[in-house]
Amino acid sequence: MAVYNRERFLDQLAGRLGRPRKTTADRPAYSVQPQERVFQGADQDQLLGKLKEQCEIIHTSLVETTFDELGDTLRRVWEEGHIQNIVSAGGPRLEAYGLLDVYETMRQEGYNIHIWDEQGGRDYVAEAEKAGAGVVFSDVTLAESGTVTLFNDRWNGRSISLLPETFVAIIPKSTLVPRMTQAAQIIHEQEKKGVPVSSCVSFITGPSNSADIEMNLIVGVHGPVKATYILVDDKEG
Amino acid sequence: MSIKIGTKTYADRIQEGIDNTFMRSAVSSAQGRFRTGRLKAAEELGDWEDWRTLGEEIRRHTMENLDYYLYQLSEQVEKRGGTVFFAETAEEANAYVQKVAAEKQARKVVKSKSMVTEEIGLNEALEKSGCEVVESDLGEWILQLDEDPPSHIVTPALHKNKSQIRETFVSKKGYTKTDDPEELAAFAREQLRQDFLEADIGVTGCNFAVAESGSVTLVTNEGNARMVSTLPDTQIAVMGMERIVPTWEELEVLVSLLTRAAVGQKLTSYITSLTGTRLEDEVDGPEDFHLVIIDNGRSKILGTEFQSALHCIRCAACINVCPVYRHVGGHSYNSIYPGPIGAVLTPLLDGYEDHKELPYASSLCAACTEACPVKIPLHEHLIRHREIIVEKEQKTTKAERLAMDGFAKWASSPAAYKLSTKMAGTVLKPWTKDGMIKKGPGPMKAWTEARDFPAPAKKSFRTWFDEREKRREKDGRL
Repeated sequence: MAVYNRERFLDQLAGRLGRPRKTTADRPAYSVQPQERVFQGADQDQLLGKLKEQCEIIHTSLVETTFDELGDTLRRVWEEGHIQNIVSAGGPRLEAYGLLDVYETMRQEGYNIHIWDEQGGRDYVAEAEKAGAGVVFSDVTLAESGTVTLFNDRWNGRSISLLPETFVAIIPKSTLVPRMTQAAQIIHEQEKKGVPVSSCVSFITGPSNSADIEMNLIVGVHGPVKATYILVDDKEG
Repeated sequence: MSIKIGTKTYADRIQEGIDNTFMRSAVSSAQGRFRTGRLKAAEELGDWEDWRTLGEEIRRHTMENLDYYLYQLSEQVEKRGGTVFFAETAEEANAYVQKVAAEKQARKVVKSKSMVTEEIGLNEALEKSGCEVVESDLGEWILQLDEDPPSHIVTPALHKNKSQIRETFVSKKGYTKTDDPEELAAFAREQLRQDFLEADIGVTGCNFAVAESGSVTLVTNEGNARMVSTLPDTQIAVMGMERIVPTWEELEVLVSLLTRAAVGQKLTSYITSLTGTRLEDEVDGPEDFHLVIIDNGRSKILGTEFQSALHCIRCAACINVCPVYRHVGGHSYNSIYPGPIGAVLTPLLDGYEDHKELPYASSLCAACTEACPVKIPLHEHLIRHREIIVEKEQKTTKAERLAMDGFAKWASSPAAYKLSTKMAGTVLKPWTKDGMIKKGPGPMKAWTEARDFPAPAKKSFRTWFDEREKRREKDGRL
């Protein structure tokens, strides 16, 4: 932890700009704010409509379910993808969504399920590497782009949404917002209050892809090859 | 590699580009797709001009306060357990990364795509210190195996076709399958997964750093940058000093502009913001994080009439609309930054001496300026470069100067101009057939080798215009 060569470097910049070093800067009132107008006033159902449209474009299947049927919905994903090994984000939401019991039942059915927490250490990375699917909860969901936002932490390791071939995101309907603007505002407000941002914020939009070979779209490169979003109506909860 | 990618002359590079028919058809089809994608994404978003205005205002404000925002960034990174190194030159940056690699006794370094590390030649520096360096972006990996420089800043292997890529995989990695892009990519996935897991150090670039939180944001699609910042214990992020925004609110706007202008996506598959080291209770992500902030000639642009060149967000929209790039391809520019932005930036970063032709590799049609999501007046910068080259540096060829001097004298004397334009038809008659000049003399030779030149009209424009005016006066028409 250190900062090297800063003074010399920044003095030079101020010199080029023809003024003394600045110790503060006021962000200007920008003349236009088009980002606020996208899907302005849309309700959760309208945003869900937008999300569904976008999922078609980003090669992602979207399944709607309820609290009670979440377990069955997950099981169908495992069956369709012939998945036996699963790594899942942990934390308080597992219990809130009844998934602790669901996972326990699945284990008895022969599924291999690892729940992520700091106790596992680096071994969990190896488990994620072996897993066929990784399950996470979306913290903020962006309707416009079909994006799941993850504030990675000790219960939600970066590897879960990265190493397994199938990426499964549970999206509480209440997390839907119009676009990245609202997610950025949440983080900005937290920063202003002195709440530091996660060490890793991942905005994930469908499976990994590339167009590096003759501009052909290849779905599934280094990250997940397949993505499934499970939308849960959480108003009851 | 440095900013320059070779030693061939401009004329040779252009000729190679023009002769490479696969490259030219690939570039032209890619340009079409990129352009359609960008226009469609802009239209879907709506208010595109407002977005561009906002983008420009953000970039301008950030550059005007760059010293403050870089200070804030470095404070925040340090607070989050990271180390920040400000490097004035490529050598300083490379030496610092070598030092970290030596301290970590690193043997394998895995990288995600970063133009600035190409610019400073980081791979060569690390290899010199005995590290194996693996590029993990699919396009960059192909180029690394083939020891070929990038030709586009978003899709670096655009100039290669799938059978060439297959050949490379076969000869360098023992690949046995077909040239189907999906199979080629699956092979890369399998080969590189092991590299990610084994690497001691991960090196990433930085699309936008966020000053308020000390975050480094990477805009990617393949997932390799996430691997590089998730699996190795040490991460080194390298950024050009101008790649910064004040807060998350500005980050969001520039990311929205970048993904649309670059590839027509609303967002790419992965927008990843990394802040410092992993926390104590986290098990993946780096335990040691370094941010290297690079000047390498950029500060010479600050405070000058070219300052807006630093506003560039590296989307390549200008490259994708450029008619000159379309015909000569990326390698002709002899810079890792090709196309209009390359022609503006390369002489600024590396001097006019080796890049004096670049400002002329443009038709000044202004398509670049119109496409730029942060409104950099690219073609105006190119004109200014030309003026500087001509006026101050005298970097034009002697023959051109003589010709231009001659033209000035000739054109400034109405009698001489009138006489010679009238005479041109007569003088050029030996080369004229059916009103076209097929094989012109002297300076017209190069032009007429490829195409015909219309022969001067029998009546010069001025003569025709004068006569027309007289006729109109006589007829009483306007």
